[in-house]
Formats: sequence, structure tokens, C-alpha cells
Amino acid sequence: MTGAPVLALRGVSKRFGAVQALTDVHLEVHAGEVVALVGDNGAGKSTLVKTIAGVHPIDEGTIEWEGEAVSIARPHDAQALGVATVYQDLALCDNLDVVGNLFLGRELKRFGTLDEVAMEKRARELLDTLSIRIPSVRIPIAALSGGQRQVVAIARALVGDPKIVILDEPTAALGVEQTAQVLDLVERLRGRGLGVILISHNMADVKAVADTVAVLRLGRNNGVFEVAGTSHEEIISAITGATENAVTRRQARLAEEAK
Amino acid sequence: MTTEQTTPDEPAAATPAPAEPTASTPAVDPRLLVRESGLAGYLAEFKQKMKNGDLGSVPVVLGLILIGAIFQGITGNFLNPDNLTHITQWIAGPGLIAVGIVFVLLLGEIDLSLGSVAGASAAIAAVLSARSGYSEWLSCLIAVAAALAIGALQGFFFAKIGVPAFVVTLAGLLAWSGLQEYVLGDKGTVNVVHDGVLANLDNYFLGDGDIVYAWGLAVVAVALFAAGQFLDARRRTAAGLTARPVSEIALRTGVLAVVALAAAYMLNQDRGLPLPVLVFLTVVVVTDFVLRRTSYGRQIFAVGGGVEAARRAGINVSWVRISVFMISAGMAALGGLFYASQQGSADKILGGGNVLMNSIAAAVIGGTSLFGGRGKTWSALLGILVIQSITTGLDMVHVNQAIQYMITGAVLLAAVVLDSVSRRTRKTAAR
Repeated sequence: MTGAPVLALRGVSKRFGAVQALTDVHLEVHAGEVVALVGDNGAGKSTLVKTIAGVHPIDEGTIEWEGEAVSIARPHDAQALGVATVYQDLALCDNLDVVGNLFLGRELKRFGTLDEVAMEKRARELLDTLSIRIPSVRIPIAALSGGQRQVVAIARALVGDPKIVILDEPTAALGVEQTAQVLDLVERLRGRGLGVILISHNMADVKAVADTVAVLRLGRNNGVFEVAGTSHEEIISAITGATENAVTRRQARLAEEAK
Repeated sequence: MTTEQTTPDEPAAATPAPAEPTASTPAVDPRLLVRESGLAGYLAEFKQKMKNGDLGSVPVVLGLILIGAIFQGITGNFLNPDNLTHITQWIAGPGLIAVGIVFVLLLGEIDLSLGSVAGASAAIAAVLSARSGYSEWLSCLIAVAAALAIGALQGFFFAKIGVPAFVVTLAGLLAWSGLQEYVLGDKGTVNVVHDGVLANLDNYFLGDGDIVYAWGLAVVAVALFAAGQFLDARRRTAAGLTARPVSEIALRTGVLAVVALAAAYMLNQDRGLPLPVLVFLTVVVVTDFVLRRTSYGRQIFAVGGGVEAARRAGINVSWVRISVFMISAGMAALGGLFYASQQGSADKILGGGNVLMNSIAAAVIGGTSLFGGRGKTWSALLGILVIQSITTGLDMVHVNQAIQYMITGAVLLAAVVLDSVSRRTRKTAAR
């Protein structure tokens, strides 16, 4: 994992009125790397992701794409660069079938009409390479399980051949087996050389698939860890602000009383 | 925590990708819906669909057969060619409005103004041509253009301002029937130009009863259908996808051929192919094509299935909504012209009464969901056939209007219940 990161945020700040949502945040994502973005509620994870996806333009700092400074002002800019975002609430249409959803907004056409054959073929190829198994590519999304929907949502992000995939809480509300399927898929994305930003509250998931963990706390970086050499507790303490929390206060008080 | 420990009971999902090509056939999920080939597979899939609440057109087709049989049994002449021809002439007006309703229902919305829009458009066309001396074609064009403007206005308030469509179009219901009366002026009734375009719209028979037209339409339609199906199947096979087996294509073509040729035979027993039938069928086929085969149609379904998802996919939701309300108003205008042609005049009550309700009922009875995202324009044809058959049949046995309303209401309720129940079944059938 040498060379310039595919995506790098340097000193990014974002302010909403009186609220300083992000302050001087740094983040790097390399090709073939899974970066977990963790932090407590309100730490700025969603805001950070939205700045990358072009929903909220940044106020200060720079975003670099393959070493070059770029400006991402609209969702379209992010998509054009090769950033695909899978949002927490699934962005799928229940009534359309899997093929329809995968190609929604970028249908393949032939003589000006929808080319269902080509789309179905490509959908199958895509799902096959990701080893995604669903009952049929021609059944409506409404008939799929939660895990299958999540997997389709992720596959949908890949139709545009992105280089960075952002997954916002992909395993929230999924069962054990479905979570495993999604985590498998994340690993396959990494195997294909994509950079993955994974937002998760679930430490088990983070430890399972991520290479790097970037911790946000109150809109600031609070440490970047290699997953391999880091314990669960260290990450938790970075998330909660280890030196100042209920646990340390209690320990300090007990120590005080013991004197 | 990787693949091995997580899915012990489902080897297919747990097998890493590289292992698969060694097997001669790719490992399949046990739940995968594999279709058996041939007719057996077709029937099995059909049964499965029924079980999952995907009833499609089956209830309405059965209903039509039942209605035909009952009234034929009572009156003895319900299925006579002249009566059936009359039914086909009467369905064009409400049927075209129902096509517009289908578009709006696909968005999961409702348009209550369509009856008034039909009335206002008919009034505009009749007044311009019969009173102001404009050419009839131009008058009709202006009437349709006015309806499109009305639709754009209503769509704007719904899509851009965020007023519920129900309320916008309820306001429209009042406003446009006011416009209708205003245009008609004091007299209240304007006769269409004698033997002109408007007068002939609903009453002209192609070639003045030449049997070639009905037969020709039936044969061409069946041939095009068969060719389309066959070419599609060949292309799918070439691409390595499951295609419809020849036996199924033959079966479908056969059913269509029987229906189309029977209809042609029946029409030719009377006066041949009526113009309203040709127009209505053309509109249904064209709109069906737009909905199923163009990205615009796909966008309509997407907005009806999930507004947020559609927006994130880059679809201009406001434009889709406004354009759909324009289409529905435009269809209503066409329907209004056929109504005016049928009664030979435009008056204050055209498009009033149960016109709107019949059209909505037709769309729903035909199988278009009230909940958005599911339906096709063919349901307008099937549904209006049901409604018009009931109305005509009840007229023939001299049931009075009050009872007719109640019966039509009951049929609508039954259709909506079926829609709701099948929607629920579909949800529980989800795996």
C-alpha cells in the first residue's frame, strides 16, 4: 500500500452556522484498504462522509484525489471522480427488480429504449464476481431479505466502477448471517482494489474487516490505528475520550478516597 | 470472524469465489428460483406468482368472463355484435382518462380533477370550432394544450410547493368545472360541428365498415407480438440468459391470436373497426411501451417506489411528477373529446357525475395499485371493459341508476380490497 492515497482529506473543516461540525480533520484511504470510521453519535462521521460525497462542500482544507487537489461541490462531482456512497437507509426502490435498481439512473439503452438484455447480463456478471447470491435478478427488491437488500445496494454502488466506496452503517439492523454476508462483500471489494470507508458502531465488524481505524471525536481526529496491533479497549477509549470519562473519573475518585 | 464461522449452514454463500469454477455447474443458493424449462416451468412459475399475491390480470379477466356469461344468460343478447360494438365505442372516453389515472397512480398519487379537465377541454374544443369558427383540428389541439397547461400548473403546486396532490386536484376539480361553465357561456350546451372531426371521433368506422381493417389490425398485432417475443428470446439466449421457451411464446401468441381474431370477427359482424377502438388501443400500446421500455417510464416507477431512492439515483423527481400530471391531464382532454363526440355536444355536465370515479375504478379494477409503483396501462383497458360491461348489462335489464351506482361502488371496493390483500400477501411472501 505505497504511493499516493486514492483519497486524502487534509485539514478539512466544516461549519453549520454556530456549530463547528469538523475541525482540521485528516483522513487517507488507499486502494485495497478498508478504513473504518468510528466515533460516538455526533462525532462528525456522517458529516465527514457527506463532504466526501459532495452533499456538504467543505469550508476549509483540501481534498486530494490520487495526489491531486480536487474540489467536490456537488454529489455529481464525487460520482465523476469515482466515489460511490451506500447510505444507511437503503436507497433502493422496493417495486423495481434487482436489475432495475442496479441500473437506476444510468440505464443501458439500445435504439433509445431500455436494453434489458444487456443490463441483466451485466447485473449477473457483477453479482457473480462479488459472489452475491439472490433468488433471482428479476424479482422485486420488496421480496428480498434485509441482508440481500444491503448487498444489492452495495452492488448498485459498484455499477459505475468507483474507486472509493463509502458504506454508512452497512450492518446496522442485520442478522448474524446477513452481517457476515455483507462483511464478506466488503472483503471482496478490498480484493478488487477498491478503497472502502466503513462507518460502523459495531467494534466486532470493525475488527473483522478493517485495516485501519480512524477515530473521530467531537469533530476532530482522535487517533488512527492499525487494526492488527490495537486492542478493542484502545479504540473504545479513543472514541469516548479515554482520559476523561465516567470510568476514569470514578477511578480517580476512588483513588482519592483511598488516600 | 470471517466466512467460515459465520454461515455454516449455507455452503453456497460461504464458499470463497475462487473455488467455484472447478465445479462444472456454479454452486447455487438452494433458494434460487430456477425455472424449469418448457410449459411445466411456466405453469409452476404462474402458480408461485398466484401464491405470492402477484395476481396480475387474472381476477379481472375472470371477472369479465363472468360478467359476460351472467348478462348473456339474463338478456340473451348481451354478447351480440352490435351491443359489444357499442361497448367498445363507449369505453374510449373513460378509458383514455383511466390511462391518465394509471400514470398518476404509479406515482402513488391521485388526480381528482380529471373529470373537470375532460369537461373543460371538450367545452374549449366545441366552443372554438362551433362558435368561434376555428378549424376543428386546431380547436382540438388548443383544448389538449390547455389541459397540458392545467396539468403543469397542478403538477407545479404538488411537486415544487409541496401541496398534497389530493388537495391540489380537489381545488382543480372545482376550478376547472368553473372554467368549463365559463367557456360554455349562457347557453350551456354547444353542439359539435355536424359531421366534422369531433362528431366522427367516436362514431366513425374505418373504411366505413370494410372488414379488412379489423382483420388487418388483429393479424398485424399478433404478428408483431410473436416477432417481438421471438427476437427477444433469441437475443436473451445469445446473451446466455434464461429465455422464454418456444412453447411459452407459442401459448402466449395463441391466446392473443384467439382474443384478437375473435374481437375482429365480432366487430366485423357489426360495422367493422370503430375509430375509438383504434385510438384507445394505440394509446394503451404506446403508453405501455413508454412505461416499460424507456428510462422515462423507469423513472416514473422509481419515483412511485421510493422518492428518496429515485432522487439519490439522480432522477429529477419534480420533473417526473409535473410531467406525469401533464400526461394525465392530456389524456383526460382526449377522453373529454371522445365524450363530446359520443353525445354530439359539450355541456356543463360533461365529465361530471361518475366519470372520474369510473375512470379511477377502471384503473384499480384492472390491477394498478393505489399504493404506487405497480401497474400498467393495459389495466385501464381491462378495467373500463368491466365497468362498461356492468353498466351496459344493468341498463339492458333495466336496473335503475341508483342500484347501478351501488353495484359499481361494490365492484370498486372489491378491487381495492383485492389490491390491499395482494399487497399484504406480497409482503409476507418476501423472504
